[in-house]
Amino acid sequence: MTTDVVALRRKYARRHVAARCGVYGAAILAALVCALPFLWSVVSAFKQNQDLYNPESNPFFFNKPATPDHVTFLFTDTPFLTFVVNTLIVGAAVVLVTLVLALPAAYSLARLDRPWGTPMGIAIFMVYLVPPSLLFLSLTRVVVALHLEDSLWSMIVVYPTITIPVSVWLLIGFLKAVPKDVEEQAMVDGYSRLGAFLRIVLPLVFPGIVAVVVFSFTLTSSEFVYALAFVSASPEMVVSTGVPTQLVRGDVFFWQSLQASTVITAVPIAFLFNLFLDRFVTGFTMGAVKT
Amino acid sequence: MTHARSGPKPAVATAEGRRVKAGLADRDGFLAWVMLLPSVVYIVALVGIPFLLAIAFAFSDVTTGDPSFDFVGFRNFDEIFADGVFWRALRNTLVFTLVSMVLIVLFGKILANILVADFRGKWFVRFLVLLPWTTPVALSTISWLWFLDSIYSPVDWVLRHLGLIDANIVWLGQPGTAMGSVIAVQTWRLTPLAAVIVMAGLVAIPRDIDEAARIDGAGFWRRMFEVTVPLTLPVIAVAGLFGAIMTFTDMTVPYVLTRGGPTHSTDVLASWAYFRGIEGGDVGQGAAIALFLFPLLLAGAIAILRTVRRWEAQ
Repeated sequence: MTTDVVALRRKYARRHVAARCGVYGAAILAALVCALPFLWSVVSAFKQNQDLYNPESNPFFFNKPATPDHVTFLFTDTPFLTFVVNTLIVGAAVVLVTLVLALPAAYSLARLDRPWGTPMGIAIFMVYLVPPSLLFLSLTRVVVALHLEDSLWSMIVVYPTITIPVSVWLLIGFLKAVPKDVEEQAMVDGYSRLGAFLRIVLPLVFPGIVAVVVFSFTLTSSEFVYALAFVSASPEMVVSTGVPTQLVRGDVFFWQSLQASTVITAVPIAFLFNLFLDRFVTGFTMGAVKT
Repeated sequence: MTHARSGPKPAVATAEGRRVKAGLADRDGFLAWVMLLPSVVYIVALVGIPFLLAIAFAFSDVTTGDPSFDFVGFRNFDEIFADGVFWRALRNTLVFTLVSMVLIVLFGKILANILVADFRGKWFVRFLVLLPWTTPVALSTISWLWFLDSIYSPVDWVLRHLGLIDANIVWLGQPGTAMGSVIAVQTWRLTPLAAVIVMAGLVAIPRDIDEAARIDGAGFWRRMFEVTVPLTLPVIAVAGLFGAIMTFTDMTVPYVLTRGGPTHSTDVLASWAYFRGIEGGDVGQGAAIALFLFPLLLAGAIAILRTVRRWEAQ
């Protein structure tokens, strides 16, 4: 009897250890596949020309002493910092416009119980599926007609078309998670419906708002097609178009600086996104399941 | 006002009293419209109208040099159909989309399973895994341009030192490997998004179902294919559709990596529309090409709609 139990216990212990090893192995493999290119980028960014432009040199290590010259070059001799500032300005403005428009819309669809609520919510989400590659030609005309070409304003005006639909969708999920009693109590206490929304509900969905801010900013900073079509003057470019077009002179690529710019842009965004990943995940299911 | 909210049809029940007592800030029907209207107006102005405009352009002779609008009927369509590149781009788009979608869903599902497991250093692994998706596409793609360089490619270096190849494969210089590279980069960058979406579904599975299966003696693979996959199928479908739609309409990866080359072997509809419409200056033809993105998108949209409906029914 006891030997059976011991054997069984041992079998499960072995199985457990195998499962743990499997999990760690899979996790390390996944991390490597996703992040290996970034490791190469970091290493290349600090390589000397003789090291980088030698087909035999190991891409994982420094075969000649590392040099910060190309990273310094990125900051002092290229408009990279301007691109970063532009990206931040556009990102902040777009996030603001998105929140101002999407929050009331989401509240209206999630809470005010109109019969057209659900179809309208789905219709707004569908707008997300209309891609920039279908609209950029006519929007370029619109931008020119508004005299916004070669200006940050062109992106600030147009980008919310990408961010609003997703944000409304996510916010509906977060708003539905707030118990209705909370608002009803507030209205009994003398708040108007609008007052209850602004003073009571908004603070409660703050986590959702943060998720929307991060998500909208990520979408905005990655956008490429509109930025390429609307802006061709270097001082008004954002990172996503500035780096590939301005850090390349004809056939000469400033490879180390290009790699550095990728890593410098990638790390903060991924870091922020990771902080709010769980909220984003819950928001996505709530919006989808409870609409 | 509050008691009315619990009733099934509050607006009708107390409409009379409402009109007298309630301020504008309390009338649900009015508020609902006022709060929704700015978004709707904005979307109609910058998505709806440009969309109609795009259709109009497809039937016009507008160019960047001569922006005056003249109706030319189906001439643009006749011209793009007569051009072999259009058909090539259409075929490339379908191959690019289908292959990427299958790979994105497959890897996304695997990645999601890894990311919901408990292990040490999970936060850091998640951070690394998110990198490909959160990095602006144009930047990660230009990094790949170096990794696939004809002479200095680190990928080739690794393969050479593993003894798998003798000389460098010129990844972006041959039609087959160029398409493979474009698909690989697209899969690499969208898999994390698919994983996040599938994670949302995995997290929503009630714990007791999984535990019941475990107690009944179902092993890992059995639970995977008979419990997890069926229960998360709608979410997996959504992840697939997102991957398909984002690949179908994307031009960034081909544009930066290969500029559609060599000899249009990686041109997709979106990039071809851009080359024609913006760089070639023929807005009419560009718009006509881009319009072909629409029917398949519509199919995708309907598929998503159905999935959502099914969720609602549950």
